[in-house]
Parts: sequence; C-alpha cells; structure tokens
Amino acid sequence: MYDLMIIGGGSAGLCASVYAARKRLKTLLVSADIGGQINKTLGIENYLGYQFIEGPELIDKFQTQVSQYPIDQKIGNKVSRLEKINTGFEAISETGDRYQATAVIFATGKRPRRLNVPGEVGLTGRGVTYCAICDGPVFSGQRVAVVGGGNSALEAALDMVKIAEHVDLVSLTPLTGDAILIDKLSDAKNLSIFTEHQTEKIEGQDFVEGVLIKDLKAGEKKQLDVTGVFIEIGLVPNSEPVKGLIKLNRWGEVPVSCACETTVPGLYAAGDVTDVPEKQIIVAAGEGAKAVLQAHRYLQRLVT
Amino acid sequence: MANKKVVIYSTPTCPYCKRAKDYLSRKGIPYTDINVAQDRDKAKEMIQKSGQMGVPVITVDNEIIVGFNQAMLDKLLA
Repeated sequence: MYDLMIIGGGSAGLCASVYAARKRLKTLLVSADIGGQINKTLGIENYLGYQFIEGPELIDKFQTQVSQYPIDQKIGNKVSRLEKINTGFEAISETGDRYQATAVIFATGKRPRRLNVPGEVGLTGRGVTYCAICDGPVFSGQRVAVVGGGNSALEAALDMVKIAEHVDLVSLTPLTGDAILIDKLSDAKNLSIFTEHQTEKIEGQDFVEGVLIKDLKAGEKKQLDVTGVFIEIGLVPNSEPVKGLIKLNRWGEVPVSCACETTVPGLYAAGDVTDVPEKQIIVAAGEGAKAVLQAHRYLQRLVT
Repeated sequence: MANKKVVIYSTPTCPYCKRAKDYLSRKGIPYTDINVAQDRDKAKEMIQKSGQMGVPVITVDNEIIVGFNQAMLDKLLA
C-alpha cells in the first residue's frame, strides 16, 4: 500500500513525482510511457530555463530528476481502471496488475483524436499516422493528405509540402489555425486545400491507397490517391480509467478545483486530462506540483 | 551481454527515434542508424520487415520492435 500513486508520466506526473519524493511520501509512479505528449514535440522554446530544448532532451532531464529519488516506477503499464477501496484507491492495469494507494494524482494527459471513419484503425501505421513530425519523412516524394484545419494540421501541411510530391489539406470547417500559418501555406505550389470537406473513408488493402472526401456544400464526392494520411484533428483526454468515479465534463476532461481536487476526497488530477485552461508543458508541471502538495495535506489530516 | 546486432530505422525529426538512440547510447549498446527519410530502399525494407510505416523500428538480431518500447528493448537486449 502506497501513500500516493501518480498515474501518468508526462510533465504533470513527473513533476508530481519529484514533489512527492521530496515530501517523503511512499510513492508509486505508474504510466504507459514517460514524457507523454512531449514525445511528439521536437523544439520547445517556452519552458522556463531553456531558450530552446528538444522534447526528448527535456524528457530525459525530467526522468533523471525523478530517478534520483527512491520512488517506485512501473513504466509501460497502462492503468485501465481506478476504483475506490476502503483504505483509498486501487488501480488495475491493462495487464491485470493491481496497485493500491491512500491518495492518487491522476495525470494521464491527452491523446490524438481519431476520425472514426472506415479504414482508419486497420491502416494505422500503414499510411495513417497521428505524428507528422515522426513519420512525415517516410512519405518523401509521395502524395499525402492532412486532415484537420487547426494549427497542428496547418503545421503538418507546412512540413509535408517540403517533403511530399503533393499535399491535400482536408478540413471539415474553414481553416481555423493562425493567419500566419495560412499565409505561409498560400506560397506552396504542391498543395490543394479542401475546406468544408468531410473525410468519409480511408481506402487500401495492406497500406493506404486513397481517401474518399465529400464536399459538404455541393455534396460531391472525390477520391484522393494518397499513400499517407496525417490526422491532426485535436486531442481527447485519457480519462476513461476514472469514468466510474467522477462526472467528466462535456469534453471528457476531469473537472478540478483550483487546488486540483476532484469530487472524490483523496483523488487529485493534474495537467491536460483536467479542465484546467491552457494545455502547456509548464502549466501541467505546475499543476502536478500543486496536486501533490494538496494530497500531502490530505494524507497528513488522515493520520492526525 | 552477447553482441546482438541492433539496427534502428529512424527519421531525423522523430522525437521517439531520438529517445531510442539516446537510450541505446547511454547503455553503451552499439547500433546502426538508418535514416529512412534519405534512403527510399531502406524505407521499403523497414515497411516489409515491420508490416507498417511508423518510425522508429528497432531490430535486435531477428526480433523486431515497432516504436520506442523501453521494456521490450530491455528484454530483447538482455
């Protein structure tokens, strides 16, 4: 039985781990991975203390700082469910492992949103990707589609026009990203923009062979012969494990007070999985720290 | 540790690839890095071997790992 269990190894969970260790709480960090969304960030220019740092390097620094403390770590073990027990909480992992703690910091972050169209799941990793900076260069000289209209989609399209033979940008709405990015894209000669087009289907046997899109105004359908589909349509919170304990907000986020409390005493949440405004590495880290300090007070009240 | 042949198929911009390479370096494990962004034939080889197009792909002798999976990597290197 641990004093504190931290679920999630992104910036919120790792910062929480440092604070928990320094409060000498008997702590377990359990997470599917280390670094979370920072793993998809190449250059970071707004984390205080670093004018520029690459994502992997920042993760390494976080991890090194956490690992100098004697807290237990179970990495590569994704928690699928959190339950209330008499003495606190029990987390059950995908592999069936069970961990108990008196208090919990829930900091599982967000993941890319799926389109939910036919072909998407089966062709993921076979032309369908959610990490343009990772997999983009594999598609050099090929024709690809970027799905989405926000900043991440525009950035992916900007990266890909330099690499791919042709880029089709498909957005359900008019482009919603920053004007500066839209301006940059207007220079690209190998780009077609389809706004107010719905992506209906991703086609292909073993690998992506095309996408089917529909013009929402004219109702016409069009086939794009692409070999890669980059899906950049935002993020969804990894809040499924606490669905049974907490009423989530309309976006599936965990509502928290300004002290990171949830509606369940002893259960705190931090970072991108919560309804805290602004999803930033430094905000999440700060929330992780705050959550642990609150949890520490809660644990002290229990013993006195 | 026996001398296992480690190859990583990567792209220069992929953060997971960088983490995997840093991890191997820190453990003192020699590896061959293949930049699939530059080498189209090797990109095809990676897709054939792993049945998918995401990077990194790491091979340890004849075993294949898709992605930077530290636990699996440790297991295959042990």
